[in-house]
Amino acid sequence: MSAKPKVGFYWCASCGGCEEAVVDLAEGVLDVVAAVDIVLWPVAMDFKRSDVEGMADKSMTVCFINGAVRTSEQEEMVRMLRKKAQFVISFGSCANSGGIPGLANQFSKETILKFVYEDCPGVDNSARTRPQTRMKDEGDRSLHLPVFRDMVRSLDQVIDVDYYLPGCPPTPKLIMGGVQALLSGKLPAKGTVLSPDVALCDECPRKDSKPTDLALTEFKRPHLAPIDPEKCILAQGFLCMGPATRSGCEALCVKGNMPCSGCFGPTSKVRDQGAKLVSCLAGSIAAKETPEIDKVLSGIPDPVGSFYRYGLPKSMLKRRIDN
Amino acid sequence: MTHHDKKGAGRFEPRIVAFFCNWCTYTAADLAGVSRLKYAPNTRVIRVMCSGRVDPQFVLDAFSRGADGVLLGGCHPGDCHYAEGNYKTLRRMRLLERMLKDMGVSDGRFRLEWISGAEGEKVKTVVNDMVAKVRALGPLDLPGKFKDWDSELEGLARSVHASSKEAAHVR
Repeated sequence: MSAKPKVGFYWCASCGGCEEAVVDLAEGVLDVVAAVDIVLWPVAMDFKRSDVEGMADKSMTVCFINGAVRTSEQEEMVRMLRKKAQFVISFGSCANSGGIPGLANQFSKETILKFVYEDCPGVDNSARTRPQTRMKDEGDRSLHLPVFRDMVRSLDQVIDVDYYLPGCPPTPKLIMGGVQALLSGKLPAKGTVLSPDVALCDECPRKDSKPTDLALTEFKRPHLAPIDPEKCILAQGFLCMGPATRSGCEALCVKGNMPCSGCFGPTSKVRDQGAKLVSCLAGSIAAKETPEIDKVLSGIPDPVGSFYRYGLPKSMLKRRIDN
Repeated sequence: MTHHDKKGAGRFEPRIVAFFCNWCTYTAADLAGVSRLKYAPNTRVIRVMCSGRVDPQFVLDAFSRGADGVLLGGCHPGDCHYAEGNYKTLRRMRLLERMLKDMGVSDGRFRLEWISGAEGEKVKTVVNDMVAKVRALGPLDLPGKFKDWDSELEGLARSVHASSKEAAHVR
């Protein structure tokens, strides 16, 4: 039996960008591969569910799981992986807080299924067929599909998680930092988010151009107005989530002249990123009268989609409550 | 504590968390008290130094822990003890109200009112009116909803637990 630590990677409701991020380690990935045995990585190698079932409990040193949890299959796999792994790392925004798939929590399951299988332009389904969890084909063979749950959940709403790597996706630097901490045994307290616990503005190269009083008079959208590449993006009136977003990405989006969209989630002092963004951004408007305030706020057409872009399932309300 | 008044034949008694600023609305509530004004007993008042101290997180937190309504009271515009605090409150709450609507929280469960220290009567009117409206809306009961939503997880939690492969030789 090999003495190398056994490592697994698994994905749930995600785009595959987190898997790309592992490949983005470039030659760094070779050091990781040399130091560990990869015992599970469905996106890169051939693994079956039975391989996971066959593992002994706690036989895997660490399992990195990305993606939110929406189906019963994802839920079952992560529950099994929790038993097989000594450490579970929630990897990326979707696993940490629901991510983009989590925005589906604004809609009921019925609304989603009806749109996707009936109303969506381009769908030709006059019989209104919907996927069933069990069916028999002509050969009398039975097929099973996973159950589509009523809502999207973050990984830690389903299983116990040891550490979190934030980001959409996490940066190579943070991933390597996390892997090295695990391999060296120098582990922070359980539940730690493996990224600096300060707001993004702190490491933003445009920090010095942020005025003390933002006194915002309008909110602009990046595709409708040019962004000055030198000045604080928020001070220019673009929704920038930096003030209520955890740092660690080294202001990647700002360096690309785009506002922060909040993918690293909140710092440990914030319990609801969206509410905190409302507090910061709306509080920074200059207007004092309700009609003027509403006019400025009309520049934010989709507050939930903007402020909970990566974390609706982990917000205090979790999902639209009347669905 | 239950949602239903034990004496009142099962009538729903709303629980309303009220954040009142120290300088105006809390003083007004105090005035209502010493003036022996009678009003609905459904509010749980939390005194804050300024309505501007009320982070939108507090409002969501109150709902998620079982409040049926949240009332926020501050000084009239121009009267803030800290000059600008209530303007910040107004801006934040205009946006929060839109967000609450998008999340399915009915109009009327959250309310912002300016009540000066002299307006004991207004505390009575606002509280009575809000209690009546929230009573008509019925219980919000988010803790109950959270529990209900998570009930779909129980089946697999049990079956995966049961199929656990115990292997004492590893470790």
